[in-house]
Amino acid sequence: MDQTNPATTLSHQHVSFPDGLQLDCGFHLAPVDVAYRTYGTLSPARDNAILVCHALTGDQYVADPHPLTGKPGWWGRMVGPGLPIDTDRFFVICINVLGGCMGTTGPRSLRVNEDGTEEPWGTDFPAITIRDMVRAQHLLVAHMGIDRLLAVVGGSMGGMQVLEWCATYPEQVFAAMPIATSPFHSAQNIAFNEVSRQAIFADPQWHGGRYWECNEIPARGLAVARMMAHITYLSEAALTRKFGRRVRTTPGRGAAGGPGALFGEMFEVESYLRHQGSTFVRRFDANSYLTITRAMDYFDLGAEHDGDMSRPFQGTRTRFCIISFSSDWLFPTSQARLLARALNQVAANVSFVEIDSDKGHDAFLLDEPDFDRTIRGFLCGAAEHAGIG
Amino acid sequence: MRLDQRLIAGMIRPRTRVLDVGSGDGALLDYLFRNSGCDARGIEIDMREVTRSVAHGLPVMHGDADHDLVHYPDNAFDYVVLQRTLQAVERPREVLRQMLRIGRYAIVSFPNFGHWRLRMQLLMRGRMPMTSVWSTPWYDTPNIHPCTILDFLTLCRDEGYVVQQWMAVDEDGERAPWRRSIRLANLFGEQALFLLRRKDTPHK
Repeated sequence: MDQTNPATTLSHQHVSFPDGLQLDCGFHLAPVDVAYRTYGTLSPARDNAILVCHALTGDQYVADPHPLTGKPGWWGRMVGPGLPIDTDRFFVICINVLGGCMGTTGPRSLRVNEDGTEEPWGTDFPAITIRDMVRAQHLLVAHMGIDRLLAVVGGSMGGMQVLEWCATYPEQVFAAMPIATSPFHSAQNIAFNEVSRQAIFADPQWHGGRYWECNEIPARGLAVARMMAHITYLSEAALTRKFGRRVRTTPGRGAAGGPGALFGEMFEVESYLRHQGSTFVRRFDANSYLTITRAMDYFDLGAEHDGDMSRPFQGTRTRFCIISFSSDWLFPTSQARLLARALNQVAANVSFVEIDSDKGHDAFLLDEPDFDRTIRGFLCGAAEHAGIG
Repeated sequence: MRLDQRLIAGMIRPRTRVLDVGSGDGALLDYLFRNSGCDARGIEIDMREVTRSVAHGLPVMHGDADHDLVHYPDNAFDYVVLQRTLQAVERPREVLRQMLRIGRYAIVSFPNFGHWRLRMQLLMRGRMPMTSVWSTPWYDTPNIHPCTILDFLTLCRDEGYVVQQWMAVDEDGERAPWRRSIRLANLFGEQALFLLRRKDTPHK
């Protein structure tokens, strides 16, 4: 075991399901641990639950400090008492995705070999899909005795889970908010994921995915993956506004230091990305990154239903609110509109808003007053229609 | 809610499915949900209005009459409403066809280009008319397909739509007194309001 990484020894609130899950790839994964956090109080009728689905590198710590980094929850500005997803009113559940590294079964979980010894799954962890993630979440929601979720909300990969919930358990989702997402992962996004993965593979400390045996992590590869991905979460306008062409006054530790050296000084944007990369590797597992990015690549709602994107929603009674951001080029409004039109084809109840923002894909995590108002209003409307006071 | 929106609401039976194309601030949607128990949804081209409506819990999507109606299935709604917008769409005839494909009834209001003041201005001044209803100059106006009440009736006849109800309305939305004569309505009505149905939709 890797003793240098505190992430592996941390314990998380979870439920173990000994019977496990039948995965889309045909593999039966058992047992399955599902780690989660909840906020607010479940009503006696169990009808006020909202499931928040996290994105690729998120986790269940949506509104309390992260146990590894100590940073506030990733959506602490959205989930809490009196906030748009109001925990005074709603019971909020957030679940670490299958394949993740914060307590839910994933590549870092231990498996029992034939000779009785235990070792992490590593790259032997089966290929999973977004639907497998949703099935794992469903195990926990059913375990909590919740028959119907008032809402399922999520951005980016979280939005893919929202759509998969509506397609797989249509009767159990009263309202759905897919945010900054798409009904399929585009070729461009698969391409970016592939660059991220190649960066990890190219790290000598990757050791074919069995890095725990050497007590190492492919930190450099994973950091490069994160740096590259992080650029796709922003926009040119946001980068220009935050950093412009500013150079750090103290020379960075470039490959060749000293006056006149090629990398003697560092642009602020470079410094920022390096910081993003280095903090990420302390909290995230490289094999999880590979497993989850692959699940995103496989996501294509239409392909699961003979190429017809609207078929999974046939007869749906769920109220949808699709939200996109004007400067998001990773999950652009055009893809959200495809989703809206697919839902129109089955006469679903759809709201569709594009929020004007220059912050790129990450806008859904940042301060956007119109976005907050939209979430709050849609959830209040849904609660009213569901007959929840 | 504007007075003509009250007239529209009066044409819509309770507990029906309604699509309001150009739902604006959502006032009609809100009224139909709260007072008539309708499943009322909107399409709106102005994103600020969309955001405002959704923030009020109303189901509104960003889109427009020309490009988004085509995606809905046949008979998805009982009523499809188009308020004061027909003259501004790219293809009015196609929009009407779509409305009566996806809805059993269409409720259409538009400013009447046959109003006497417009006729008078064109006759006397020889220039494009400018009134409180038609208030933008010809080079800036979004109203690319103006028509008169008589023009609209001819289109309905050609397309085989049954005019179940019609009324002339003044600019404030008050119902004008020209109920019997369509020619007088065409001369004195500032706005027109029509309830149409397909021939195969039985009259109730």
